[in-house]
Amino acid sequence: MLTFAGLYGLMALGLNVIWGMAGMINLGLVGFFAFGAYVSALLTLQAGAPMAVGVLAAAAFTAVAGVAMALTTARLRGDYLAIITLGFSEVVRVTASNEIWLTNGTDGISGIPGPGRGRLTPEAFNLLYLLLVVAVLVLVFLLMQRVRYSPYGRVLRAIRDDDQVAGVAGKPVIGFKIEAFAVSAAILGLAGALYGHYTSYIAPETFQPLISIYIVLALTAGGTGNNWGAVLGALLVVFFMESTRFVTAWLPGLQPVQVAAVREFTIGASLILVLRFRPKGLIPERIPRMEIPR
Amino acid sequence: MVNGLVAGTILAVPAIGFTAIYAVLRFPNFTVASHATIGAFAGYVVNTSLGWPAPGAVAVAFVVAGLAGVLNDEVVLKPLRPSGALTTAIAAIALTIALENVVRFIFGNDLRGYDLPIHRDWVVHGVRIGPQQVQNLAMAVVAMAGVFLFLAFTRTGKAMRAVADNPMLASIKGINAETVARLVSFVGMGLAGVGGMLLGLDTSIDPLTGFRVILSVFAAAVVGGLGSIPGAVVGALTVGVAEELSLLVLAPAYRTAVGFFGILFVLTLRPRGILGERAF
Repeated sequence: MLTFAGLYGLMALGLNVIWGMAGMINLGLVGFFAFGAYVSALLTLQAGAPMAVGVLAAAAFTAVAGVAMALTTARLRGDYLAIITLGFSEVVRVTASNEIWLTNGTDGISGIPGPGRGRLTPEAFNLLYLLLVVAVLVLVFLLMQRVRYSPYGRVLRAIRDDDQVAGVAGKPVIGFKIEAFAVSAAILGLAGALYGHYTSYIAPETFQPLISIYIVLALTAGGTGNNWGAVLGALLVVFFMESTRFVTAWLPGLQPVQVAAVREFTIGASLILVLRFRPKGLIPERIPRMEIPR
Repeated sequence: MVNGLVAGTILAVPAIGFTAIYAVLRFPNFTVASHATIGAFAGYVVNTSLGWPAPGAVAVAFVVAGLAGVLNDEVVLKPLRPSGALTTAIAAIALTIALENVVRFIFGNDLRGYDLPIHRDWVVHGVRIGPQQVQNLAMAVVAMAGVFLFLAFTRTGKAMRAVADNPMLASIKGINAETVARLVSFVGMGLAGVGGMLLGLDTSIDPLTGFRVILSVFAAAVVGGLGSIPGAVVGALTVGVAEELSLLVLAPAYRTAVGFFGILFVLTLRPRGILGERAF
């Protein structure tokens, strides 16, 4: 469970780079997540690459996909990016379900290797993997903190607040946007790859659009523009989802389909409520002040 | 080719809804997906339990989806509009998933078919045509003609175009933007509902009916020029034919992907779409 929280935290950090800092939107987060998972799973299973290579390749591939999308929409209003990312996640799912020779279709890919799986007891494996995810999360978190407080992060925020002003100030706005999108996509792909190696099984149905909503909810609830908020929000969302599982189990006389519907409804509704009543999240973004170098 | 034109005409109905809402309210309202589903199910209920024939059921789909659209916009999306188009777009996605699950809660996940009389296919010059297809086509054309007449000749229709064109000028002329926003939500989501039902008449419906076609709807709107109503029609026909022709080289499941690559292609070469962004 905590491992999932860690992965969601990673994705929320990835979203924060573009939505929190550069003001770009990605509504197809799950597409990048799935893409990363498939790249790494296929490389390790079919090409026999070590897991580390698979994970890094996943990040690289998703970054390239992200660049392609950011490039086509760079000069347009953000709405187009929203449409195109949403479309991307659908295309990834359709492709994954139909390219049976590559992805085994809707049956999914099973037996994805994990570090020490089989040699360790399941408990030890889970613990090891949790540590691994936490380590990656901390690493990405520190990197993102570095970005946030660096001149680079400042430019991104300037672009978010007013990209024309940033352009007038001599910043190559489009270049920055594309880089930010690439970084974000890479983090999402990384999270996806780690997911696949953890559960050892991925299938197109695993990657529902609902996951994108989880992540946006995590970031918004925690505090957009804020890396602490992203991680905290992810923890909250996982906790919240688990508790809805218990609550819906108590509701009498419902079909399993209805229980699932109630849970998904709650997720969607809570995102709307957070956006409406607490748009800054639990930890509002504080604009870092320049420290005077001594 | 004929199939593509038929599919495109039906696709044009929700695409007009999507693009009209974009023209007036300036955000991509993704809830078109869930309202298409709502319309499809509303039509299903009166069709199967009250025994209404397809045209009557389509009218019900229009009204129910339209009313749901106004309600959802008033209660959920309108308060968020000041925080920006992208925030509203995110909320719209969340709302789509929420509404879809309301439908799922009531009707479950099963595929449902409409209760329709079965006709033998007509064969014209060696092309097989199903009477139901012709009826769907006719209904789509009627719906579109209605929209065009409404926009071109009625006072409210002109007011809607004025707001889409220049909201400031329109408000100086005493046009109430609130009313127009409600109206466009009603008409736009109503059309989405009709589209959902027409798509369902051909096959079957489930809570994901709307979400499955949403990519083609976006593609139609973007290819034709986001915010342009004639553009949506042209875009929808283009996408419909392209999807049909793609069957020659691709597996049928990739229809939706065609829409996506259509979007990428158009945005790269001609970002404003075939007919530009002018509303009408």
